[in-house]
Amino acid sequence: MAILIDANTKVLCQGITGSFGALHTRGCLHYGTKMAGGVTPGKGGQKDDNGLPIFDTVRQAVEATGASATMIFVPPAFASDAILEAAEAGIKLVCCITEGVPVQDMVRARALLDEMNAGRAASERTVLVGPNCPGVITPGPKTGDDTAASPYTNAGCKIGIMPGYIHTHVSEASTGKAVGIVSRSGTLTYEAVWQTSQRGLGQSTCVGIGGDPVRGLDHLETIKLFEADPETAGILMIGEIGGTDEEEAAAYIKANVKKPVAAFIAGKTAPPGKRMGHAGAIIAGGQGGADSKIAALEAAGVEVAQSPADMGEAMARAMGLVASGVGS
Amino acid sequence: MKIHEYQARELLADAGIPVPSARVITSAGEAAQTYKHVATDAGLDPSNGLVVVKAQVHAGGRGKAGFVKLVRSAKEAEEAARFMLSNRMVSNQTGPEGIEVGKLLFAAGVDIAKEYYLAITTDRATGRNILIASAEGGVEIEVVAERNPAAILKVPIHPVGGLEPYQARDVAYRLGFEGKQVNQAVKIMLALAELYAAKDCALAEINPLIVTTPSDGHPNGQVLAIDAKFNFDDNGLFRHKDLQALFDPAEENPAEITAQKFGLSYIALDGNIGCLVNGAGLAMSTMDIIKHHGGEPANFLDVGGSATEEAVTEAFRIILSDAAVKGILVNIVGGIMDCEVIAKGIVNAARSYKNPDGSTGFKVPLVVRLEGNNVEAGRELLKSAASDLPTLQAAEDLTDGAEKVCSAVV
Repeated sequence: MAILIDANTKVLCQGITGSFGALHTRGCLHYGTKMAGGVTPGKGGQKDDNGLPIFDTVRQAVEATGASATMIFVPPAFASDAILEAAEAGIKLVCCITEGVPVQDMVRARALLDEMNAGRAASERTVLVGPNCPGVITPGPKTGDDTAASPYTNAGCKIGIMPGYIHTHVSEASTGKAVGIVSRSGTLTYEAVWQTSQRGLGQSTCVGIGGDPVRGLDHLETIKLFEADPETAGILMIGEIGGTDEEEAAAYIKANVKKPVAAFIAGKTAPPGKRMGHAGAIIAGGQGGADSKIAALEAAGVEVAQSPADMGEAMARAMGLVASGVGS
Repeated sequence: MKIHEYQARELLADAGIPVPSARVITSAGEAAQTYKHVATDAGLDPSNGLVVVKAQVHAGGRGKAGFVKLVRSAKEAEEAARFMLSNRMVSNQTGPEGIEVGKLLFAAGVDIAKEYYLAITTDRATGRNILIASAEGGVEIEVVAERNPAAILKVPIHPVGGLEPYQARDVAYRLGFEGKQVNQAVKIMLALAELYAAKDCALAEINPLIVTTPSDGHPNGQVLAIDAKFNFDDNGLFRHKDLQALFDPAEENPAEITAQKFGLSYIALDGNIGCLVNGAGLAMSTMDIIKHHGGEPANFLDVGGSATEEAVTEAFRIILSDAAVKGILVNIVGGIMDCEVIAKGIVNAARSYKNPDGSTGFKVPLVVRLEGNNVEAGRELLKSAASDLPTLQAAEDLTDGAEKVCSAVV
């Protein structure tokens, strides 16, 4: 078990003939992901360097391969269209990796996606992750060398750009426990994965929800999925300044979540009014500062890491693996 | 991206939103003539009509700083212009060194009966654009939000259909517009909503939107936009050549502009510890951990996920262009990013960096924490280049790096 994806998930790459799409398609294949093919309009019928079939449309790709997930690497101007095309074709999980998508495109795409989903049974709905995100990974135990001939694992699935090898499957974790990680940041997630792995914790699934102001899956919805997942023993949430996503998640955790939760909020020292790299990471109009997020999380009983070096340890404290209040 | 008030007025006027007549000058010599033109255009007496002279800078706090002046003669206009163009404006938003003023807006004065607030922005929680309106105009909306939140109306705009006329009409009546003002206000709201979506705005604000005192031609008063502020979504700028042309480099930190050219995301801060990090979240966290250990970050710098050696070299140059920097912390968690590339960039940067005294290499303490992809090769490379990096200290992890750099600059 895990959330969103598992070893059987068949995955497409939209924009497979672009340099990033091609690079990360190979990365996913080497990890052991069941890559089913790619989509580039006008190049249907060809094959990529790995021998994967290329299709003109997502619909054709789904019909031919039975894929249920996709990762999007098309340029920003075409990303929202690619999201909607995948959703219409029945893809269940759309990971939009593309960075720099215009916010107004996402406002429109999200409304149309919500409309599509509203007319579907719950099991048929499309979940969007991103844009501007590293993707989703459900680690598997290491069985190979991370190459084409010998993929890293035969029981995991990586959709996106994260380095697979830093993740730990629960079977290889010394504590025998796995945590779910949800984050708005890429490299900070890798740091958290690395710290939890060092601390003897595995990861059930890691979800990079992305750094944009208007996006798909948010902290709250991801936490709901982790709460319901039997393999996830604890939840680590990595937020950052901007918006009120973390406050809403905190209210939900307080009322509904029984599993231990730890969190870190990046940007305590960020000045107001400045966009800190991520389009969504901005303190505007007195809203979105780190302090109110930390206060809301602490009030919800979440173990908040005091520094980014304390994320793995905070997770361990929340899970009762060390005496509470003792830092690293 | 932000633009100047005079540029915002032009956008509004092009969208059919009425603004008082105005002109822009760049030298005090144009002031007297411009005063007369603006007064005449607005049907005012060119010898004592009221004209407002406003410095065109992005920073707020202009009024308190003396950079918005009401003038009633060509002589007063010239004095105001001379003052604003020859003094730096210092406000609570500029920092103590202040900013230079290059352009002035001359706008015809109007008799204001009532002020309103009107804006469109994107609400992150719902993922939709919303119209925000208040009958308490002329003050910052944040102040109203704190003092009297009930005075702020928020109306969601349909992402495909746009703002509907009935929604705008409802807002107009709730704000207290009367008679012919209602349709004028409705037209302004609809035009602003359309402009917002069409131009990829992040904020389109009219404050104040006013009703003029009744006159012979306008017994009901006239609804006008007096001041406007626009922010644009940087991600959408690629499809707006007209907006790109409005960019004013004089308003930005030159180092931030240079950084952009190299695909780096850099923001200057007030501290003395420079940071070089891959990833926005990790870069923010690196600032946080420096502060946590008693230091002060000098900047936010994200080299991105696919930085080249050249970009890393440039990043060092930008960090060191800030004279306040007394130490540098490099924090790299290589996922896709190859640690060896970063290490090569560090060595190249050190070899090519020229100090003001003509010597080469970094003089400030340099603490490097590398982790992840190809880290062994990266660490090895740094060790072998030790003679080029005399101030280098390797850090075990994030905490170690922060502690080392903080103690090195004290």
